[in-house]
Amino acid sequence: MPESHVILNAPAIQRALTRVAHEIAESNEAAGDVVLVGIQEGGVKLAERLAAQLGTIWGQIVPVGHLDVSMHRDDLDQRVAPTVHPTVIPFDVTGKTVVLVDDVLFKGRTIRAAMDALNDFGRPQRIQLAVLIDRGHRELPIKADFVGKNVPTSLAEQVHVRLGEAGAEDEVVVERK
Amino acid sequence: MTWQRQHLLDIESLTAEEILAVLDTAKAFKAVGERAIKKVPALRGRTVVNLFVEPSTRTRISFELSEQRLSADIINFTAEASSLKKGETLKDTAKNLEALNADFIVIRHSAAGAPHFLARVLNAHVINAGDGAHEHPTQALLDTFTIRERKGRIEGLNVTILGDILYSRVARSDVWALTKLGARVTLCGPSTLVPKTFEQMGCRVTYDVEEAIRDADIINLLRIQHERQRKTMFPSINEYVSLFGLNKARLAKTKPDALIMHPGPVNRGVEIDSEIADSNRSLILEQVTNGIAVRMAVLFLVNGGKGPQEIAAG
Repeated sequence: MPESHVILNAPAIQRALTRVAHEIAESNEAAGDVVLVGIQEGGVKLAERLAAQLGTIWGQIVPVGHLDVSMHRDDLDQRVAPTVHPTVIPFDVTGKTVVLVDDVLFKGRTIRAAMDALNDFGRPQRIQLAVLIDRGHRELPIKADFVGKNVPTSLAEQVHVRLGEAGAEDEVVVERK
Repeated sequence: MTWQRQHLLDIESLTAEEILAVLDTAKAFKAVGERAIKKVPALRGRTVVNLFVEPSTRTRISFELSEQRLSADIINFTAEASSLKKGETLKDTAKNLEALNADFIVIRHSAAGAPHFLARVLNAHVINAGDGAHEHPTQALLDTFTIRERKGRIEGLNVTILGDILYSRVARSDVWALTKLGARVTLCGPSTLVPKTFEQMGCRVTYDVEEAIRDADIINLLRIQHERQRKTMFPSINEYVSLFGLNKARLAKTKPDALIMHPGPVNRGVEIDSEIADSNRSLILEQVTNGIAVRMAVLFLVNGGKGPQEIAAG
């Protein structure tokens, strides 16, 4: 029986996202140049929630895209083919500040693949990274610009971010196998 | 998703879930073809041999483009210009290709079962691009993808396949795919080309074309394959046109939202009236576009290793 415990509940997740949204706003003065891109699947809902908060702060709509990195992964021959979700980037990223959004930052390989994938859509002025959880164990020189919570973990643990539709049943769980 | 296979040899042995895995994956690959940069690095450094022992233009071009869009390296091997003409066996040819460290072999062959044979003797991933009158799995996958995209589902649809069924690997693969996904399939054509034994595959056979297309949501027309017919199976082309050709009068008696498909090449004025082929009810060119997405998805899926699908997030 895997042992698990909740490390963030719904209000804590909400507070973390509010803080991350304010940090994004603080570091990007030109609101009109910022677009959010959520990484499939865990980053998609987070990107939409962050965009809603940023929209309130800036008083304007913040564009959101979804990026699937499966076709750019470096471990395709080591695993059963991953489920590929649609990539939808309904705006030009060239010259923009793209904030990549993911739920958990771990080895950094997803982010590397995401930066590669994003390149095919244009040349952003800057790419920033926002994550809800940074659990450590990087294998590449990648660092998040905005972090909801740093959570030291062991490799035997798994971090699950569960986001409901309304936000009430949100939680982040660490599970030990 | 549940794709674990190293090869794509036929539709008959696939589960409905596996077929849907290909169609879902193909959706994402279709979007790649609509971008300014239509290429992803998923098969970078991999070598694909297109072993087309039987002549083919459209399927080979579609596979080639799919492979290029996945960043694979490609060798094209055709019967006319190969050592098969000098008496080399298929096994030796394939073993030689494998000795070049080919990772994938896409094979089109006039003998049914040739891809299955290669899959047994080679380590490379084998993809069937049409074997004799047996199967043409990627055509069936692109047909079901196109239907699903336009109609939103497969289950419960009436699909009529009209024409040369006996010699058609497309018909066989389509019947397997469509029935597995819950469509009601009707086969129709001259009785010499549509044997009743096809009913064992779970579809219906009729020789009354008006009845066959009346309730159809999809009418899939197949070309009369002169090259596969050893003897004349019907009196004349003109008789085929008047008895089975899809003309405006017949189309007027179908459901208004019935859509027309054809795997190509089209014999205008034979199985289909020229104007209908160009009308907005024809999906013929969409099938061509979707063929690339589906073939990219197949190559991507069979390339998967044996490890767990989700190694670790992040």
